[in-house]
Amino acid sequence: MMARVGVVTFPGSLDDGDAARAVTLAGGEPVPLWHGEGDLRGVDAVILPGGFSYGDYLRCGAIARFAPIMSGLIPAARAGLPVLGICNGFQILCEAHLLPGALTRNTGLRFISRDVALRVENAGTRWTGAYSQGQEIIIPLKSGEGAFVADPSVLAELEARGQVVARYVNRAMNGSASDVAGICNEAGTIVGLMPHPEHAVDPLTGPGRDGLGFFESVVSLLVGR
Amino acid sequence: MTGTVRGEAVQIAIDTVARAAATPEQPQPYAELGLTAGEYAKITEILGRRPTDAELAIYAGMWSEHCSYKSSKVHLRQFADKAPPSAALLAGIGEQAGVVDIGQGYAVTFKIESHNHPSYVEPYQGAATGVGGIVRDILAMGARPVAVMDALRFGPADAPDTRRVLPGVVGGISFYGNCLGLPNIGGELAFDPCYAGNPLVNALCVGVMRHGDLKEAAATGPGNQVILFGSRTGPDGIGGASVLASASFGAVKGDGEAGGESAKRPSVQVGDPFMEKLLVECCLELYAGGLVAAIQDLGAAGISCATTELAAAGKTGMRVRLDAAPVRDASLGPPELLMSESQERMMAVVEPRHTEAFLAVCAKWGVQATVIGEVTGTGRLEMTWHGELIVDLPPGSAADEGPVYHRPMARPADQDTLAADDPAQLARPADGAALRAALLGLLASPELADKTWVTQQYDRYVRGNTVLAMPEDAGLVRVDEQTGLGVALATDGNGRYCRLDPYAGTQLALAEAYRNVAATGARPLAVTNCLNFGSPEEPAVMWQFAQAVTGLADGCQELGVPVTGGNVSFYNQTGGAAIHPTPVIGVLGVHGDVRRRLSIGFAADGAALILLGRTSLELGGSAWAWQAHGHLGGTPPRVDLAAERALAGLLAAAAEDAVLAVAHDLSDGGLAVALAESCLRGGLGCQVTLPGDPFCYLFSESAARAVVAVPPGTQAAFTALAAGHGVPAEVIGTVGGDSLGVDGCFEIPLDELRAAHTGPLPALFG
Repeated sequence: MMARVGVVTFPGSLDDGDAARAVTLAGGEPVPLWHGEGDLRGVDAVILPGGFSYGDYLRCGAIARFAPIMSGLIPAARAGLPVLGICNGFQILCEAHLLPGALTRNTGLRFISRDVALRVENAGTRWTGAYSQGQEIIIPLKSGEGAFVADPSVLAELEARGQVVARYVNRAMNGSASDVAGICNEAGTIVGLMPHPEHAVDPLTGPGRDGLGFFESVVSLLVGR
Repeated sequence: MTGTVRGEAVQIAIDTVARAAATPEQPQPYAELGLTAGEYAKITEILGRRPTDAELAIYAGMWSEHCSYKSSKVHLRQFADKAPPSAALLAGIGEQAGVVDIGQGYAVTFKIESHNHPSYVEPYQGAATGVGGIVRDILAMGARPVAVMDALRFGPADAPDTRRVLPGVVGGISFYGNCLGLPNIGGELAFDPCYAGNPLVNALCVGVMRHGDLKEAAATGPGNQVILFGSRTGPDGIGGASVLASASFGAVKGDGEAGGESAKRPSVQVGDPFMEKLLVECCLELYAGGLVAAIQDLGAAGISCATTELAAAGKTGMRVRLDAAPVRDASLGPPELLMSESQERMMAVVEPRHTEAFLAVCAKWGVQATVIGEVTGTGRLEMTWHGELIVDLPPGSAADEGPVYHRPMARPADQDTLAADDPAQLARPADGAALRAALLGLLASPELADKTWVTQQYDRYVRGNTVLAMPEDAGLVRVDEQTGLGVALATDGNGRYCRLDPYAGTQLALAEAYRNVAATGARPLAVTNCLNFGSPEEPAVMWQFAQAVTGLADGCQELGVPVTGGNVSFYNQTGGAAIHPTPVIGVLGVHGDVRRRLSIGFAADGAALILLGRTSLELGGSAWAWQAHGHLGGTPPRVDLAAERALAGLLAAAAEDAVLAVAHDLSDGGLAVALAESCLRGGLGCQVTLPGDPFCYLFSESAARAVVAVPPGTQAAFTALAAGHGVPAEVIGTVGGDSLGVDGCFEIPLDELRAAHTGPLPALFG
């Protein structure tokens, strides 16, 4: 059976269509989920896409974490449902305390939109199994508040437990601590990633196909159950 | 009548129609609102009495230069009169934006609009709301907005005020466009001292719909409900059209601060891109549900414009309960409500049987919607304020029958002196080393330098359909994922050319945008324009304007591409100093299969470099003359629209036949700059042997030219195709290596080119 991957649309979500397209290209079935409903419609995994949920006029993701869909998603994620938060989705996962740390304004205080090289530091998560450990990939970064911060002790724990999923190869131009581009929970089921793999699934419209692996990872895992 | 100001209840005297009739002698502030004594007299004559405060606010907005086109109308008629026959045009001038058939059941609508004055007074919000305004124009046509572009012009890059204005403008566009989720696919960035007190911020939006989705902006069907939805109305942007956009700035300015112009800051609107995103999704759901009989966006002149235009087009009448409009500030009286240009608002006409469903869709998206009136059969636009009649006017008199001026025109006194100042006498680079230095100097000039500092603040990827964006010749967006159908868009303008000859300069801008679209492999289909000029009250400016419009109308006729709409921005002038005449021309083309797009970046080692078109020594208004000598004189390059047409036909055919993957249009800085850009874009060098005088071949800006890279296997086919289209084609070298080499002249490693090209903007703006 085809893996059903939910894509949540909050008011202000922008990359929900792109995430759904990426799921399709990876061989899965995207299932639209609406922020105002708590029902996850029986999906096998969930993507929180990029955008500016509720305008992000408050701290990014701070309002979205209280959306009705999150009341269904948070317990399911804690119980092992694979969840990928991209950009704004990563911010929401941090605000919901499903992942540690926080995302803050880029150093330089400007929005940064450019293709960046990442190194996959943990190819053992539900969302990175299609990559090899240490593989370098190029996908777009586009965010104004993408600098990851966490207490030194939290950072040290993340490093020690292999929870840093991806790192910027060249120094993070957004000022991210330890050049962190993405992290996961201890179980490797919940991944937050600042750059946008869904924009690198077709060389016609992006820098290449390097982002497809995130979606293929979860789809192949679910098909292979 | 009571209202609340700073928490205290106060009596507000409401100027009703009855009161206006009873007090004919009451003085009114028509001059402060931008109306002349003659215009005020005309209003009194139309109404048969003095206008109420509310009516005066409506006429002041609608009869402003910005809304009424009163100085430009007599010239703009040429776009319709000279329009070439085009089966593609589904809606043209007079609509909010033109609509073009691109095949496979799709139609696109696109338009470019200025937000110059607000962007100088308050760069961040001025530019942000420029994006918001043009997006609502496109949305109101029934289309989903799919991409934006921005054509920006500033004073000298190193001027202190440019450091205030440029980062603010770019930040505002980034903030609004990114949050709205529209890819920014291109545009322009230029610098010239003439824009120091009058930066140009022109925003373009393109939208896609299916045939039959086209929405009307006419309030018909008596009994239909008038619904205002989106943001609440606040005290921002009051008089934006009349006070701000339709007057010159004062002469005295301080550094870093817009002098006395900061007093106009309240006339600038404040944008909420999140609300706009909700409005977009909400409107598209309303359209899909068939719940909208007519719709109009609220832009310049706010509720005044939406009500008068909807009512005028519908021809049957409308009654509005103005006090029902939701406000952010309870102290707003009728004139302020009517003049406010608060953003993110739309007005719809809805059949009563659909009202409930309409309001439900708005509620789903968290968009406030309020029934504020209904369509009537009176033929009048009537507005009440808590039951009292405050507006009663024939809507056409405000919307369509505003004043029309035949402004005096006079060829500028210095036009002949300028033309006689031939750049041919300028000192030219004498040897290879000097040519090398000239190229590096051009690449490092702010105007031609790498624009990544700007474009990396814009999201180009969102929606996943961007095939080409900056720094390509044109933006290219996929419309249909199955067939590969797409649209290409480019904007171009050249103030220097237009200063030397506004007729030819405008045609050159048209030709360049047309060529840029063709350079992606698309077929140019339609034209939009944003005409940026000084004060129409100056005969010299009016002459430039008339020349430019005639040049554009004639050029479009000859190229076979109709003008589908546009925008005029006058009063880009500080004291007596006007900007260069700067028509910015947008051309839209259709691409049959975006997978066969052409890029400017050299991709294949060993490909033959072919120069298309004819090169002669043409330096008037050129980047080289300006950069190397600060010289502006002579005549701009010769216009040859037949050659442009042939070149575009060749490029489209070559893309279709897949005998070509790389093409780059030649414009500012000529062949030298084009080659450098293609090398840097692709990360691959080239070796060139020039067929004649190296200086002329490298830096002349002769029009109707492009450089292409043809893989060895398809060279014969391409050459035959070029001959068939009557386009001169000369092999000038080969792609490969890691430097840009010109035989007998110079060799520049790509690293050195890149350093020169990418260094300047970050150095200037941090």
